[in-house]
Amino acid sequence: MGIRERLSGNEASATAMKQINPDVVAAFPITPSTEIPQYFSTFVSNGTVDTEFVAVESEHSAMSACIGAEAAGARAMTATSSNGLSLMWEMIYIASSLRLPIVMSLVNRAVSGPLNIHNDHSDAMGARDSGWIQLFSENNQEAYDNLIMAHRIAEHKDVLLPLMVCQDGFITSHSIENIELIEDEKVKEFVGKYNPEHYLLDDKNPIAVGPLDLQGYLFEHKKQQSEAMKNAKKVILEVAKDFEKMTGRKYEFFEKYKLDDADIAIVCMNSTAGTTKYTIDKLREKGIKAGLLKVRVYRPFPAEEIAEALKNLKAIAVLDKADSLNAAGGALYEDVVSGLYNAKATVPVVNYIYGIGGRDTKSDDIEKVYNDLQEIMKKGTVENPYRYLGVRGDK
Amino acid sequence: MTYDKLNTSTPWQDLTIGGNIYDAGNAREFKTGDWRSQKPIWIEEKCTQCGLCFPVCPDDAIPVGKDQKRKDFNYDACKGCMVCAKACPFKAIEKEV
Repeated sequence: MGIRERLSGNEASATAMKQINPDVVAAFPITPSTEIPQYFSTFVSNGTVDTEFVAVESEHSAMSACIGAEAAGARAMTATSSNGLSLMWEMIYIASSLRLPIVMSLVNRAVSGPLNIHNDHSDAMGARDSGWIQLFSENNQEAYDNLIMAHRIAEHKDVLLPLMVCQDGFITSHSIENIELIEDEKVKEFVGKYNPEHYLLDDKNPIAVGPLDLQGYLFEHKKQQSEAMKNAKKVILEVAKDFEKMTGRKYEFFEKYKLDDADIAIVCMNSTAGTTKYTIDKLREKGIKAGLLKVRVYRPFPAEEIAEALKNLKAIAVLDKADSLNAAGGALYEDVVSGLYNAKATVPVVNYIYGIGGRDTKSDDIEKVYNDLQEIMKKGTVENPYRYLGVRGDK
Repeated sequence: MTYDKLNTSTPWQDLTIGGNIYDAGNAREFKTGDWRSQKPIWIEEKCTQCGLCFPVCPDDAIPVGKDQKRKDFNYDACKGCMVCAKACPFKAIEKEV
């Protein structure tokens, strides 16, 4: 039996990092993830962890230090948000292409500008093609659990990719909720030791990392990354099985909530799933067969599995908490629709951009989506699939 | 896996991840002299073996024997920067025309 606690999402993430006890943490404070390195630095100064904490002068340096540490043979972690991730931009591609399994806690916040410190997913969506595994978390418990599973996935020999655990800035990062923590010894045993096969500090077997990689090679190295991302799907499920044995908490690529008998469903990520579940319960009382598919694993994207779970519905709404500004639709929407197309499913799918810049998304807003879905279900088609949910001035 | 077995015909399955190089000191397996745009010529008769040319070579392309005397250029490594020619007080290194 675990330990009952009450923690914010940031406290939960810092607690996971404490229990993981990585060799190196390099981080620069940025709202709303600031508390994670802040709490963690107290663990360092109290001697609770053995970690070398690098108080860098920017996020570019934070990721660079993580890359150096990981290549040297250490287990490295960091935390950031929004423009912090933007400043890491160059280095996040280096981390994934050098196949360094760094783990990051990304507390999602709108990427400026104009300046905004509140939650949406534009930071994570910007990094969706960078070769990082991306896990999304509905609440503090999932942010904690995903971090405990992260190293086992990222460091697996068939994967060797960096991984970011996402949670909603302020909405979960600063909300205190009940949580069940795992005992320190159990986490230590579950995460295990990091034993890289090749690393820079191995003086018996000197290696070079990050060489020039021109026309004759980069293509093949990209293919290796692509295969590693496919392999990650299997590993994510294996690790989740072991995690379930330890905690009783079950994780898959996505969570289905009242989906199997549903006519209409919402697809979304992170904390909005909680609001959606609440709304579904209310609608079910009225006899409306509403359901939810909450995406946990966004990269690798489980396209076939999601299509399989959605293909028999009568109407679907995909909620994107970031606009791709492509005049066509959000990233999650396009991924879901591609999967459905390949599965030869003809279910109409509508896209809502919502909650941008921390705009509160209430159960009334979610109910409006389900009302629209009932209309779409009746008509059988969607006329304008790319919509903004609750924006002022929309007719 | 030894690096000299990897080349532009190697399938992705057999390449090291991230292009990592697991064989130290493999630079000598690469003939990089074909980048050379100018070519220094050693005129042995003018050379006094003063020893000023080989320390300035950025590519270690002037071999020195156990007898402490320089030998002819290693053109597999020489990039033709002509720094050696500048350093030579006896005009014993000339640019090929």
